[in-house]
Amino acid sequence: MTARTMAQPRDPLARGRLTALVLALALLWPALHIAQFNPAALFDATSLGVMGGFLAGFFPPATDAGFLSLLARATLETLAMATAGMALAFVLAVPLALVVTRSLSISRIGPGAGRGPAAALRAGARLVLTVFRACPEVVWALLFVRAFGLGPAAGVLALAITYGGMLGKVYAEILESGDTRPARALLEAGSGRIAALGYGLLPGAAQELASYTVYRWECAVRASVVMGFVGAGGLGQLMDQSMKMLNGGETSAILVVFLLLVLLADGISAVLRKVLA
Amino acid sequence: MRASAPAPAVRPARNWAGMAVLAGVLAAVVASFAWLALDLRALFTAEALASMAHFVAEFFPPDLSPAFLAKVGWGTVQTLVVSALGTLMAFAAGALMALPAAGRWGLPARAAARFILNLLRSVPELVWGVLMVLLAGLGPFAGVLALALHTSGVLGRLFAEALENAPPAPEQALRLGGSGAAAALAYGSLPLVWPQWLAYGLYRWEMNIRMAAALGFVGAGGLGQMLYFHLSLFQQAQAATVIGAMFVLVVLVDGGSARLRRTLVAAQA
Repeated sequence: MTARTMAQPRDPLARGRLTALVLALALLWPALHIAQFNPAALFDATSLGVMGGFLAGFFPPATDAGFLSLLARATLETLAMATAGMALAFVLAVPLALVVTRSLSISRIGPGAGRGPAAALRAGARLVLTVFRACPEVVWALLFVRAFGLGPAAGVLALAITYGGMLGKVYAEILESGDTRPARALLEAGSGRIAALGYGLLPGAAQELASYTVYRWECAVRASVVMGFVGAGGLGQLMDQSMKMLNGGETSAILVVFLLLVLLADGISAVLRKVLA
Repeated sequence: MRASAPAPAVRPARNWAGMAVLAGVLAAVVASFAWLALDLRALFTAEALASMAHFVAEFFPPDLSPAFLAKVGWGTVQTLVVSALGTLMAFAAGALMALPAAGRWGLPARAAARFILNLLRSVPELVWGVLMVLLAGLGPFAGVLALALHTSGVLGRLFAEALENAPPAPEQALRLGGSGAAAALAYGSLPLVWPQWLAYGLYRWEMNIRMAAALGFVGAGGLGQMLYFHLSLFQQAQAATVIGAMFVLVVLVDGGSARLRRTLVAAQA
């Protein structure tokens, strides 16, 4: 070993790091261009004035009786949308999850006549779940608003489909990831799928399933506010209208209610999970 | 040996709390349907089904002309770029905010940073989107800002938690050996939390790609804006192509991120 390398050991990763940096910069430049990245637009006097006026209106929040009763109705509507959507999602997800779950498959135990069709059915159900959850719920909501008109029905259906897809996938994963030997033993001894689920899998997985469902409800509350922005009713629609009219007081009141609602959903879900544990 | 008499069947104790929760949930579901006055049976009448079928049929066949496909391709690229830039900005801002939020600059700074992060995080992306369209005008830049604001709240908190949970010994050793605060952080703690930070960042990027597709509804560019535009003009064939592109994008990202996560996990194991 020469004296130079002894005195000044080179960083063996230096070349790789330099290449990565140059590559990243070369990618970043066109990316900034495509995204029309223009920080100067933030300091444009007119838009700053509009924004400033809007934000200045945030305080005090609107508190007139007419608006408050509207706000209360919208809040209840949002909660009801989330709950009804989750109920439908559950109804959609459970049968699909039962079909998809491999640990409940009788045909997988051994070679038999039903093996091919059963695998095809499982793949089909899996595809349905993927399609359901592929688009964000807002996209479904926008489509359903076009189909059924403005109002909470579109939001409920959008939630049912997207969350049905997510719940179905996660239920199946939970049922497959635990200890599947009891269910397997039951199936091999000739029990039915439902009995194998009830006595073989659920005792180990029920708590996780329930707590995931409750967590999803919490997400559904947030999602139903967001879906209001495309016309699916509830707090979001109200917020969209207030923001379009640049009414700062109403917007801030709705934002406060939204934050309280999220906190409430958080609390309810924590309590439910503790009770179920 | 004598067979012992079968043990009398013991009924498990009733779980009153669980039953109360179940009853409460059922009541809430019924009340929700009643409050919304949703009549699901109305959806399944022959008339409703026919109009639904008509609505769906209008989306077929999708517009697959080369010119429109090129436009959709451009929208897809824009959506990807918006999500990547938004996540990148959020990563940098989150890393900066994580230092005070992890309590490195005293308790008041910690509380203040946590408050800001909570505020950023609890406002949904779409609301930030509307605000940013007001501020920066229509276009993808508003989408980048909206994603960056919300995601920096999320990442900042996760980064701070990772930093707080990292073992403090390496950094302390460097500090005691006389290194500066920045160097001690960079060589003592950062190598410990970096894989975790990177995993969080990639995970949020995946979510942001989906979100960026929807952010266009409020005018923030990308596929969402195209979908909103064509649906508003009742151009269902074009809308169908855009939905197809969103679908392909999401499925590809899903598969890609699963593979990436597997390699990351394998690299760390």
